[in-house]
This record gives sequence, C-alpha cells and structure tokens, in this order.
Amino acid sequence: MALIDPRHAAQQRIYERLFRAATLGAALLVLLILGGVALSLLKGAWPALHHFGFGFVTSEVWNEVTDQFGALTAIYGTLVTSAIAMAIAVPAGFGIALFLTELCPPVLKRPIGVAVELLAAVPSIIFGIWGLFVLAPVLQRHVQPWLIAHLGPVPLIGKLFQGPPFGIGILTAGIVLAIMVLPFIAATMRDVFDTVPPMLKESGYGLGATTWEVIWNVVVPHSRAGIVGGIMLGLGRALGETMAVTFVIGNAHRISASLLAPGTTISSAIANEFTEAVGDLYTSSLIALGLLLFIITFSVIAAAQAMLQRLERRALTSI
Amino acid sequence: MTRRGYRKAKNALFLGLSMVATAAGLAALAAILFTLLTHGLAGMSPALFTRMTPPPDSSQGGLLNAIFGSAVMTAIGILVGSPIGVLAGTYLAEYGRNSRLATAVRFINDVLLSAPSIIIGLFIYEILVVRMGHFSALAGALSLAVLAIPVTLRTTEDMLNLVPIGMKDSSAALGAYPWRTTISILYPAARSGIVTGLLLAVARISGETAPLLFTALNNQFWSTNLNAPMANLPVVIFQFALSPYADWQQLAWSGALIITLTILALSISARTLLALLHRQGSGR
Repeated sequence: MALIDPRHAAQQRIYERLFRAATLGAALLVLLILGGVALSLLKGAWPALHHFGFGFVTSEVWNEVTDQFGALTAIYGTLVTSAIAMAIAVPAGFGIALFLTELCPPVLKRPIGVAVELLAAVPSIIFGIWGLFVLAPVLQRHVQPWLIAHLGPVPLIGKLFQGPPFGIGILTAGIVLAIMVLPFIAATMRDVFDTVPPMLKESGYGLGATTWEVIWNVVVPHSRAGIVGGIMLGLGRALGETMAVTFVIGNAHRISASLLAPGTTISSAIANEFTEAVGDLYTSSLIALGLLLFIITFSVIAAAQAMLQRLERRALTSI
Repeated sequence: MTRRGYRKAKNALFLGLSMVATAAGLAALAAILFTLLTHGLAGMSPALFTRMTPPPDSSQGGLLNAIFGSAVMTAIGILVGSPIGVLAGTYLAEYGRNSRLATAVRFINDVLLSAPSIIIGLFIYEILVVRMGHFSALAGALSLAVLAIPVTLRTTEDMLNLVPIGMKDSSAALGAYPWRTTISILYPAARSGIVTGLLLAVARISGETAPLLFTALNNQFWSTNLNAPMANLPVVIFQFALSPYADWQQLAWSGALIITLTILALSISARTLLALLHRQGSGR
C-alpha cells in the first residue's frame, strides 16, 4: 500500500473539523432553542408584566374591554384539571404497569403494551373532539346528574358538585386529561418495574408473600424514584396540554367552587384567544400566561427528568 | 377472617383492580377508535381528497387544501428539523459522550421532548410572525421543525450507541477519521433505527395543532405560498368541529380519522422496524 498522501490527510482533517463543528452546532442549537423560548416569552410578556406587576398572578379579573388581565382563573383551572387527571391516571397507570409486568400472560404482554403506547400517539385534538361529542354528553346525561343528586347535598365536598350538568367543564377536562396522560405514566412505570432484579422478587415469593405483597414491599420501594419521575412526566403533560382541554373546558374566566362548572386553563386561554386578541396589552397578557406555563412545566419536567435520568435510558419510553 | 384469608383477599382485590385499570385503558383506546371510524367513515368520499374546504352550510366540499398544507408543513418540518436532530444526536453519541456540554444538551432535549407544544408556537410567533408582520406556512413548518428535533435527536443517539464498538474500531484501524467512520459505517449500521426516529417524528408533528394556531393559522383556499397562511388538517378540524354547521362537523370527523389512521400507521411501522432491529441485534 502506498504511503499516506499528505494532501489527502490534510483534506481529511478539514472534513473532520467541519463535521465535528456541524454536529456541535446542532447540539448547541438545542440549548439555544430553550434559551430562545425563555427570552422571547419574557420579551413578549414584558408589557403585561410591567403594567400589572405581581398583580397579574393574583388577580382573577380577565376583561378585554377594560384591558384588565389577571392569570389567577387560568392558573386555578390548570392546577385543578391536572389534579383531577393525576387522581385518576396515577392509580390507573400503576394498575396497568402492574398488570403488564406481573400478571399478563407473555403472549399478551407485547400487544397490550403497544396498544397502551398507541394511545399515547393519538394526537390531542382527537381526544378533544371525542371528549366534546362523546364523553361530554355521556357525563351530562348519566354521570353529572347522579353526582349532583348524591354528592351535592353532602357537607364540605357537596360544593364541588353543584349547579347544572353542563357536560363540558373542569371535571370533563380533567377526565380527558387523565386518559391522555395515562399511557405516559403506565409506560414509564412499566419500564421502571421491569428493571427490578428478579432475584429480589423471587426472594419475596420464597418467603411466602402474595403477589401484591411483593409488589408493594419489594417492587415499589425499589423503583420509587422512577415512579415519581413517571408521575411528574405525566403531570408535565397534563399541565401543558392544550387542544383536548380547549374543546371541553367551556372557556369561562371564572373560578367556581363546583367542578361541574366551565372554567379555563392557561393553555386553552391562549389557544382560544390569541388570534382574536386585539391590542398589545391583551396579546402580551396571553404571552405572559405562556411564560407562566413555561416556568411551571419546565420545573416539573426538569424534576421528572432528573429522577428518571438515574435509571437506565431506554429508547422510546417517553415518546 | 384468618390472617391468611385477609392477605389472600387483599391480593385478589388489588390484582383485580389492576386488571380493571388495564381493561379501562384499552376500552378508552377502543372507544376513541370506534367513534372515529363510525363518524369518520360516514364522510369518506373521493370529494374529500379532490375538493377544497367549503364555506359554511355547503355540502360541496373536501379537505384537499388542508391535507396538502399539512403534508407540505410536515415535510418541511422534518426536512429542517431531522438533520439537526440527527447531527446533534451524533455529537452526543460520538463526540460529546459524557462531557458536561453533552449532559446538558441531553437533559434540555429530554425537557423539550415533553414541553407543551403551544409554548413552541408562541416562540415562533415572537421570533417570526411578529417580525414578518403576518402568519405564514413557513412559520408553521418551523414550529413543527422545532418539535421534530428532540424526537430524532434522542433516537439517533440511542441507535448509534447500539452499533457494536468493534465496527467503529475496525474502521479506525483502517485509518478512517471519525467523520468517515460515522458516515460510512455508523449511519448505515444504525439506518433502520434512525428511520424509526424519523417516522416517530412525523407521527408526532403531523397531528400537532396548538403551535400552528398562531403560526400557519388557516386558509380557506388552495395556497402553495409558503409566505402566506396555509390550511392544515389539525386547525381545520379544530375550527370545523366547534362550528355549528353539520357539514363542517362531518368534515372534521373525516379529517380526524385520516390524521389518526396516518399516525397510527406510522407508529406501528416504527415499532415493527424497531422490533426487527432488536431481533437482528440479538442474533449478532
């Protein structure tokens, strides 16, 4: 073989440097995007934040006629709908993960797992249209009248179930959100449960523990960080979910004690009003809502990732 | 009840509940697909793919311009976003590895993967729509590109890490520089994995609605101008489903069915490809 051609080698070194620079540039771009998102939201939100000050977060007035904007109703709606979603999706996701890792016959494990993951691939607007035309009427006709009749008169919690059955509203949005985040929670928990060493479980069974006792006393403590990470990831999704909620929340800037009443969330307010917003202060207030959402979801997702990153990174778990 | 009976009953109760939860999850998927099929199939006709979105109260319409717009913006989104994702993934797997920068990029990317898409829409609105002074298909496509980056980045890195180290070493032993090894050895070896990432990215962005609302907006007419608002399926579905007109609602259902079937087909092929890959991998 011929000796190395110096010109060829020099050329190779240049290509190497270029390729490396291109990959590095792309990696830096990812950081830049996050920085850009933060800065551009801050810039867009500045007029509203400057005008209303801290009162923007504590005021529940949202009036485009008098140009008074406060975020409290939207924050309230976001938190309450997400809380309902988590109250349903966390136990259900835990159940599905438990079924898939401990109970499911091996033949069904993959098909059911894929079905759950496909639920995650369905776009949110589909959940919205389904929630509005299928779920809301069912809730309005069958579930909500029952809630009003039976839970309405109960002291304390009764306040949550009063008023007419609108069908759409906070509760409906929470249920649709629960169905949406369920696959994320279930898939993450399943992957975490799968990492528990069989030896630990076998030891539990060897001591005479029931399946449930092994799960509760061996599997759960061993995968605590992953479980919390999965829950937070689901929470991050629920807080920021837009289209599904926009269809079924009713879009009312009002804080009602009743879960059956219409409300609004940060993301649905932006989706509904942004293109119709006239006036700089109105637009800026909506972007300020976006900034709040960014801060809230960023903290939740970052915390979730920090917990999950300690575990083995597996392809496709969070897609 | 004896202590043993109590433990057995508790076990049966929780295991039963877990089966109920699984059944409920599967039922939700089935219910959604069933509704989509029954409502969507009713409106399936050639006109759907040959006519434009109609004015209100007219049965003479289709979704051609919306389907075209969605295809165009998704294509541009992937063409812009995926090379960035693949290159950045290459950096993490081949150059950065466990450096502080690579760890930061990996972390931020995972955050972007789950970040609400409406925020990305606001970001593109601020940096593009405000500057240009009007909504445009290009802005819509770019917001989709930003959403495609995290998906392709993550799969590319994971797939490059699956390539056996011996292949890389052999290439280096032949005197190849890392860039040559990456392009001629690693990319071909990880090809089906990277393609999986692209499919997942297409599936992710083709149903996105929120970021398009204030970037591409919508357009009732046929438009191929990237510098103007463009119709797209998700926004048309949003607008038509919430309208009081029966014909518009029917079109929304049909559009929803088209989008869901496309995305489910993409996801299933991505998963099949991945399963084949793992089978190959374990045989090696």
